[in-house]
Amino acid sequence: MPDSGIGAAVRRKEDFRFLTGKGNYVDDIDRPNQSYAYILRSPHAHAALGKIDTGKAKAAPGVLAVFTGEDIKVGSLPCGWVVKFKDGSPQHEPPHPVLAQGKVRHVGDPVAVVIADSKAQAKDAAELIEVEYKPLPAAIDMNAATKQGAALVHDAVPNNVCYDWAIGDQAQIDAIIAKAAHVTKIDIVNNRLIANAMEPRAAIAEYDRGTGEHTLWTTSQNPHAIRLLMGAFVLQMPEHKLRVISPDVGGGFGSKIFLYAEECILVWASSQVNRPIKWTAERGESFMSDAQGRDHVTHAELALDKDGKFLAFKVSTLANLGAYLSTFAPAVPTYLYATLLAGTYTTPAIYAEVKAVFTNTVPVDAYRGAGRPEACYVIERIVSKAAQELKIDPAELRRRNFIAKDAYPYQTPVALAYDSGDYFTTLDMALKSADYAGFAKRREEAAKRGKLRGIGICSYIEACGVAPSAVAGALGARAGLYEMAEVRVHPTGSITMFTGTHSHGQGHETTFAQVISDRLGVPIEQIDVVHGDTAKSAFGMGTYGSRSLPVGGSALVKALDKIVDKGKKIAAHLMEASEADIEFKNGAFTVAGTDKSTPFGAVAFTAYVPHNFPHETLEPGLDETAYYDPKNFTFPSGTHIAEVEIDRDTGDVALVNLTAADDFGTIVNPMIVEGQVHGGLAQGVGQALLENAVYDARSGQLVTGSLMDYCMPRADNFPSFSVGTHATKCMHNPLGVKGCGEAGAIGAPAAVMNAVIDALGAVGIHDLTMPATSEKVWRAINGRQAA
Amino acid sequence: MPSVTLTVNGKKATAEVENRTLLVQLLRENLGLTGTHVGCDTSQCGACVVHVNGVSVKSCTLLAVQAEGADVLTIEGLAKGNDLHPMQAAFRENHGLQCGFCTPGMVMSAVDLANKNKNPSEHEIREWLEGNICRCTGYHNIVKAIKAGAEAMAGGR
Repeated sequence: MPDSGIGAAVRRKEDFRFLTGKGNYVDDIDRPNQSYAYILRSPHAHAALGKIDTGKAKAAPGVLAVFTGEDIKVGSLPCGWVVKFKDGSPQHEPPHPVLAQGKVRHVGDPVAVVIADSKAQAKDAAELIEVEYKPLPAAIDMNAATKQGAALVHDAVPNNVCYDWAIGDQAQIDAIIAKAAHVTKIDIVNNRLIANAMEPRAAIAEYDRGTGEHTLWTTSQNPHAIRLLMGAFVLQMPEHKLRVISPDVGGGFGSKIFLYAEECILVWASSQVNRPIKWTAERGESFMSDAQGRDHVTHAELALDKDGKFLAFKVSTLANLGAYLSTFAPAVPTYLYATLLAGTYTTPAIYAEVKAVFTNTVPVDAYRGAGRPEACYVIERIVSKAAQELKIDPAELRRRNFIAKDAYPYQTPVALAYDSGDYFTTLDMALKSADYAGFAKRREEAAKRGKLRGIGICSYIEACGVAPSAVAGALGARAGLYEMAEVRVHPTGSITMFTGTHSHGQGHETTFAQVISDRLGVPIEQIDVVHGDTAKSAFGMGTYGSRSLPVGGSALVKALDKIVDKGKKIAAHLMEASEADIEFKNGAFTVAGTDKSTPFGAVAFTAYVPHNFPHETLEPGLDETAYYDPKNFTFPSGTHIAEVEIDRDTGDVALVNLTAADDFGTIVNPMIVEGQVHGGLAQGVGQALLENAVYDARSGQLVTGSLMDYCMPRADNFPSFSVGTHATKCMHNPLGVKGCGEAGAIGAPAAVMNAVIDALGAVGIHDLTMPATSEKVWRAINGRQAA
Repeated sequence: MPSVTLTVNGKKATAEVENRTLLVQLLRENLGLTGTHVGCDTSQCGACVVHVNGVSVKSCTLLAVQAEGADVLTIEGLAKGNDLHPMQAAFRENHGLQCGFCTPGMVMSAVDLANKNKNPSEHEIREWLEGNICRCTGYHNIVKAIKAGAEAMAGGR
């Protein structure tokens, strides 16, 4: 067995090209005779469009064409999920044109596209377009947007409410709360975030008039879904004439899941001008056109008995959707949020209602964790608040309410059934690693230096491996969520594997190769993993929701099983034995109880050079495809503990320690898993301490519209992290894997904010919204309201 | 259009550029050296860091014409064939990269740090990286990689 199998910290296959400048990102690609697009965007949050005069722009040097919403008569950008009102009526789903039609609805809404010989010419010409805007009052603040008389983002959507959805029995919960020994209440703002993958979105579209084929290179996390949505709904173009390629993609974090207007505009326009067209977002464009994340306002109440056992949990949330429905937006604050509100606890009764609101801001959709960080933040903040109110140690209160180790499968009151977990062990690991017992001493020592020290715990759960198609369909998904894997064994025994998932930093080329190496005994150097091209991988649903290994890896195992099954038949023929007696182990087929053996490579060769082959019963070749539809979600869990020190004079919050103990089930590559946790933690800390997308409440301008204004975490914002894992296997997929991509971003915000609140308790402050910037903390300590 | 002549990765190169052309555009668009990336418009992210006359520089912050006569080293010029530079090898060994987009700038910046400071502390590394943003790694493994890379550089190949 090569030492590149499951569990080995194999160094990544993809790194050589990334480290030597040989990565192949969309903006690195040039097509012969390529032209360039520049998108003219609305400077207004809300305005009626009058005349658009493109005459001067069309006459500018190098310009091939200028198109507006009048020219591009194509379908609306589709939404992939329907959520219903409490009364069963469907969500409002207003049109989402690729170029504005009659109105612009957020700063950055695309108004026109200029196509020219060079990027500079396109940009220069765009300045010559004269657009008559009639500015309208805008709905910016989510609360105000739902009130009578508020400006309407879409005329056909009363009170800007897309849906008003609920899960659970409100009357039952109210009755429990009314009688409970203790009720903890909390008001929470989950700040809006901007994903800011380091690679800005980019696309190239090319049309081949000879064959009628369109090719789109795009920075997507799921090229097959882009092809399906664009082809079927926007451009009415059959799949076999549309190829979508997502080569190396420089980070996604959710923001590159969605079908975007620019991709559709380019594919359409490239056949109009009959030249390839390239578009690369400037960072400023990314800020006002990439779907943003989070943005909830929540009131929650937790009822407890006299011993601190949770009795009922009631949550009411306003969720901002921005100006249009992005691809998966409706599902995020409902099925990926409210269904997680049991957390790691036995809370027997839960009610949640979610009102989703249109505002004149950039659309909001999934961002790392997508709904689950928001749920975790509500639960873990209120649990720590309850602990503080009841004077119970927050670790102890959690332990008292954890789902018991032997209670699986565990049916929560909010639809999900957890298959496995052990929250006690990861809590204990984290407490030990963070030296929780020694905290009081550290706090005392910090106080002597005039610093406020605090510690915060978060015991999270998430639902990953999205998702059983039938369940998703019943909940309003308009797509299936299975995954595809093809294992192509070549005549000399090397292997190319095709997946419908997509790697944009996760290291699938290594991890999937490890699974293959482990199962077939083939050295990892002889295995390549291919992703990101609809012409290569038959189908797939892409990468998000930590689904690649739980769903894509399961499809891979199924395909490998088929390879081994066929290999056994071939080996039985070669060794003149019964198929039932053939065993496959360590890369060789053997006849049980004998020393007869045929290596995998010999079987592969025979499959392609079938001179001695059971032709009557078997086809030549060794190439198998499998689809896997998950049986359930997977449920990674764990405890994160943060320790902070606050400078009373400046309000600066220093994160001095961050510990994570996670249960991801089986781990294929521990090095990659740790890296995923580190990255997630950093994004979670960013949300808690630094990041905030701010719109001017009147004009709707995105105030934090560049990396100079939006605070991205830097290296010196962090300590080194302490991470560890404890595995309980997923019970329903063949590898026992749960997924690790989002955990850090889910657990860290509550851990950090619980630590900040714990520290500030010493000066009588028991509440603060994210991000806990030095200004906000200083004002809180000094009793000054923000101006 | 002005003409610029400079040395890139040891080779002389001449290009016709507009006055407004940035060094990074010259490298990517005229010379096809796409390893140097553009991640922002405001000189914040550091994906475009190259060495100009031996010092790390954000190539989006320099006009191409300002590089006249300069000696430029990009990520493509760091390895010797298939032999990674010790800093590149340290990034691979320590999993100091995920999506790879910030990586060329990180590595070029790290090599400059190690040239200046043979044994940088964790604190010094984190401070040095102020001008390089990574969204994937949380910097943990980048810091480890730079420490190991600097040690390897100090110890010779």
